Amino acid sequence: MAQTKKDMLVDPLVDNNPITLQVLGICSALAVTSSLQVAFVMTLAVTFVTAFSSMFISMLRNQIPSSIRIIVQMVIIASLVILVDQVLKAYAFEISKTLSVFVGLIITNCIVMGRAEAFAMSNPPVASFVDGIGNGLGYGLILMLVGIIRELFGSGSLFGITILETVNNGGWYVPNGMLLLPPSAFFVIGLLIWGFRTWKPQQVEEREYKIQNVEAH
Amino acid sequence: MEGLISLAVKAIFVENLALSFFLGMCTFIAVSKKISTALGLGISVMVVQAITVPANNLLLTYLLKPGALAWAGFPDVDLTFLGLISYIGVIAAMVQILEMILDKYFPPLYNALGVFLPLITVNCAILGGSLFMVERDYNFAEATTYGLSSGFGWALAITAMAGVREKLKYSDVPDGLQGLGITFITAGLMAMAFMSFSGVKL
Repeated sequence: MAQTKKDMLVDPLVDNNPITLQVLGICSALAVTSSLQVAFVMTLAVTFVTAFSSMFISMLRNQIPSSIRIIVQMVIIASLVILVDQVLKAYAFEISKTLSVFVGLIITNCIVMGRAEAFAMSNPPVASFVDGIGNGLGYGLILMLVGIIRELFGSGSLFGITILETVNNGGWYVPNGMLLLPPSAFFVIGLLIWGFRTWKPQQVEEREYKIQNVEAH
Repeated sequence: MEGLISLAVKAIFVENLALSFFLGMCTFIAVSKKISTALGLGISVMVVQAITVPANNLLLTYLLKPGALAWAGFPDVDLTFLGLISYIGVIAAMVQILEMILDKYFPPLYNALGVFLPLITVNCAILGGSLFMVERDYNFAEATTYGLSSGFGWALAITAMAGVREKLKYSDVPDGLQGLGITFITAGLMAMAFMSFSGVKL
């Protein structure tokens, strides 16, 4: 690997983003983004789990027999997620209520498994750790962007602090309630992907069918 | 009984795992290019879901809940913190067993579903189903109904999505929106359509 540590950290942010390019970990990305605070906590949790699971799996990579590697990875990831879950319940009970099942679902978040399988199994611990942090942050970047859009325009606030005074409280802004509902998350991510790919045209997918330009006679 | 039917309708349409909780999105996006494969995966998810949710319910009631170990002489033990790791263990084991049974007794079915089974272990819809079961405190009958119907709802959503995508590939989509982007927007439109079921009450 000729990649430097810095590349490993920065690369997953835009150029090789887990959500917009690798299509990993979308499940939770959509569900927890209706408010920024929750999205932020989720980012921290996922970054933590990805970084440490990659590191531990990479430390054990020469000991794990390949036939049972999925189970071993699962056990490592699940233990870390239990740790996160218990910490959240102890120190941020309200947020852990809002996140409900999605903390548990970090176990099956494809980013964690994907990085363990694709990177940690064949790289040394420190590099895997950095790769884990990079991918966690890349995931978090999208999560925060979607969270900002949905909370700002959906309820006129950021981190629960009012930015746009809503009509109900005597202000001028009519909140777009649609943005707090599930479908809007799909639209926001879809449009973000469009934005990213217009900015970095090499990420555009090949068309399966090309429409032929037929000359008019 | 009416309670169970209403639970089933709710799990299939109103609280569809894929479209209103975004569970199993990775596979939902990745495997929805053709109707036949989407249908195969949908059926596998339904079967696994119908087995694992009740199995995890039994596990929770007889091993993990506070006081559940009273039959073994430990009335004060509370093992709920081991929940996550046990559920995923049950799911992984069930998928493995199902794979072996299918391979031995139903080879044609195994050949049709075989490739999808390992994918299912890491499908969030399955673990999500079990976690919702725990959170909403379902009893065994409710858990069985919920498992079957939420799996059906997921299968319905992915098959419908594949149908849309098969037509979609002939349309002229802007370059940057090609592939992943337009799929998300389609999923959003489908989610909106499913939201119109939310008034349905039995």
